[in-house]
Amino acid sequence: MIECRNIKKTYGEGGDASTQALKGVTFSVKDGEFVAIMGPSGSGKSTLMHIIGALDTPTSGEYLIDGKNIASFTDDELADIRREKIGFVFQAFNLLPRATVLRNVMLPLLYDGVPEEERKSRAKKALKAAGLDEEHFGHLSNQLSGGQMQRVAIARALVNNPAIILADEPTGNLDTVTGEIVLDTFQRLNEEQGRTIVLITHEPDIAEHAERIIHVKDGLIVKDGKEHVRRRVHHK
Amino acid sequence: MKFKDVFEETYLALAVNKARSGLTVLGIVIGIASVIAMISVGAGAQGSIEASIQSIGSNLLLVYPSFARGVGEQVRGGFGSATTLTVDDANAIASQVQNIAAVAPQVTTNAQVIYQGQNTNAQVIGTTPNYTQVRNVQIAEGNFVSDTDVQSYNMVAVLGPTVVSNIFATGTDPLGATIRIKNYNFRVIGVAASQGGTGFGSADNAIYIPLSVAQHFFTGNSSVSTVNVEVASAQDMTQAQSDITNLLLQRHNIADPTHADFQVLNQASIIQTASAVTGTFTTLLGSIAGISLLVGGIGIMNMMLTTVTERTREIGLRKAIGAKRKDISTQFLMEAVMLTGIGGILGVALGYLISLLITSLSGTATAVSFESVVLAFGVSAVIGIVFGYYPSRRAAGLNPIEALRYE
Ligand SMILES: Nc1ncnc2c1ncn2[C@@H]1O[C@H](COP(=O)(O)OP(=O)(O)OP(=O)(O)O)[C@@H](O)[C@H]1O
Ligand SMILES: [Mg+2]
Repeated sequence: MIECRNIKKTYGEGGDASTQALKGVTFSVKDGEFVAIMGPSGSGKSTLMHIIGALDTPTSGEYLIDGKNIASFTDDELADIRREKIGFVFQAFNLLPRATVLRNVMLPLLYDGVPEEERKSRAKKALKAAGLDEEHFGHLSNQLSGGQMQRVAIARALVNNPAIILADEPTGNLDTVTGEIVLDTFQRLNEEQGRTIVLITHEPDIAEHAERIIHVKDGLIVKDGKEHVRRRVHHK
Repeated sequence: MKFKDVFEETYLALAVNKARSGLTVLGIVIGIASVIAMISVGAGAQGSIEASIQSIGSNLLLVYPSFARGVGEQVRGGFGSATTLTVDDANAIASQVQNIAAVAPQVTTNAQVIYQGQNTNAQVIGTTPNYTQVRNVQIAEGNFVSDTDVQSYNMVAVLGPTVVSNIFATGTDPLGATIRIKNYNFRVIGVAASQGGTGFGSADNAIYIPLSVAQHFFTGNSSVSTVNVEVASAQDMTQAQSDITNLLLQRHNIADPTHADFQVLNQASIIQTASAVTGTFTTLLGSIAGISLLVGGIGIMNMMLTTVTERTREIGLRKAIGAKRKDISTQFLMEAVMLTGIGGILGVALGYLISLLITSLSGTATAVSFESVVLAFGVSAVIGIVFGYYPSRRAAGLNPIEALRYE
C-alpha cells in the first residue's frame, strides 16, 4: 500500500531557475493493483516515480509506504526501503555494460548479503520469469538487443521479490511486438504473483493493459479512474 | 555486503581497465621499491661504518695532542699536529689511572716503502707490543714488535696485508725479507691479518715498527701522535676518560680544562656520531624515495577520481537498487587499497632485487631490514586508504537520481 498526500516537489528551490515539478499530488495504490501513469512530457511523471520509489523525497507533503512516512528518512534508510520493497525498471535500462547478464541480475542481492549460490539460482529464476533465453545468461549486457536488455532490466527488478514494481516507459525503446511481450510479462506478474505495478507511459495503447490510469499534467493529477479508461479505449 | 563479495566486485572493476590499473600500480611499485632500496643502502653503509669502527678495538679511548686554545686565540695547526704528548704521559696513564687494561702509544708517519724495485706508500706506525691487544691487530705470520725490539732500537717491521700484496710478488714469503722505508733497511718479522676496510688510511695498509725506531729515525723527537688506551670494561669508559683528562691536565700544568693541549676521544661516542651521520643520510635517502611514493599515491587518487566520474551512472544504479553509502565507499576504498596492496608486494620484491643488484654491481653493502619492509607496506596501505578515501566518499555521497541522469 502506497499513499501520496499533497506531495510537492520543487527542483533548484530558492534559485532563479527553480521548477515546481509536482504541485500537490494526492492518491494511493493498493497492494496488487496495476496502475498506469500517463501525461505529456515534462508533466512530472518521472519525478513522481522517483518519490514513489524512495529514490527521492518530496519537498513537502507526506509519502507513506505500508503506513510509514518516509519523507524524513536518511539516505541509508531510503536504500533499505528500495532494496526490500521496490524493483525499478528504468527507461534507459541502466545495466552494467561490461558485466554479464547474470551478474547484472544478481546485483541487488549482493547488497542483501545473499550467498553467491543462492544469488545465482534466484537470478536465473528471475531471468526465466522475464522471458530471457538461457543462452544469453553469460553474455555481456552490451551485446544484447534492446528487447533482451529490457528483459534483463525486468529480471533485475524482480530478483529481490519486491512488493512494488515501478517501470518508467518500459516499452519506449521497443517495437510494438516486443513491447506487447514485455507488457504481457508485467500483466502475468500482476495477475499470477499479485505484485503491485506502477507503469509510466504516454502511449494510450500501453496504458490499456492497466486496470487504472492516472493522468498527470503540469504537476497535478487531472484524471484518475478505472471504468472510464476502458470505455475511452473501446470507443477509440 | 560480505567481504568476499566486496573483494570480487573490486577485482572485476579493476580488471575492466587493466592498462590503467597496471600503470597506477606501477607508480606505487616504483615508490615502494625506491624506499626499500634507498633505506637498504643507508642501513648497509651504517652497518659497515659501525663494524669498521668496532674492528679497531673495544672499550677504546684515544688521546690526541692538540694546541692549547686560549680565550680569543685562533686555533693554530691542525688536529693532532702538536707535540705535547709523550711516552711518559702514556706510562703515567698506564700506572696511575684505574681500570686500564692496556696502553699503547703510537707515532704515525707516511712513508715510501721499497722492496726489489716495487714501491708503495704506507702508513708507518711506531708502537709497542700492547698495540695488538688495544687495537685488535691479529698476526697472520711471524711475530709482532717485541719489548726487546723497542728497547734495542731493532730495525724490524710487521706488514699489513695490503703492503704485502703491493710490494711482494704473489707466492713470495715476506718473512725475513729486507725492505727499505725512507732509505732505512728493515727486516720483515711478521704479517698482520686483514682487518677489513678499503682505501687510504685502512689498517691493512700499515707497517708496524718499534716506537723507539720511529721516534729516532722518522720524527726526531720524543712526542707521540696518539696514545691508545684500552679500558677494562665498557662501564668504566666515562670514569677513565675523565681520570685521564685530569691526570694529563695535572701533568701538563694546565688549570683551565678549556686550555687543554690534548683531547680524549671515546670510541663509543665516535660510533654514536658516525651512526647519527649515517642515520641522517638514510633518512635523507628514504625521504627522497618517499616523494616518489607520494607521487604514486597521488596517481591512485587521480585514477580513483576519474573512475568515480566515469562510473557515476553505475554508482547511481547501485544506489537505486539498494546499496548504502557504506557499500559504495567500501567498494571504492577497496579498489584503492587493492591497487596499493599489489603495488606494495611487487614494490618490496623489486626493492629487494635492486638492493641485491647494488651490492653485486658496486660492492656497497646493503641491508633490507624487516622494519623497512613493514614500513613500506604500512605506508602503501595508508596511502591507499588516504588517497582512496576522498574519491570513495565522493562516490558514496552521489545522489542516485542525479547520478543516473549523468551523461
Ligand atoms: N533533477 C532535476 N533538476 C531540475 N529540474 C528537473 C529535474 N528533474 C526534472 N526536472 C524538471 O521537472 C519537470 C518534470 O520533469 P519529469 O522528468 O518529472 O517529467 P516527465 O513527466 O517524466 O517527462 P518525460 O515524459 O519527458 O519523461 C520538468 O520541467 C523538468 O525540467
Ligand atoms: Mg520521464
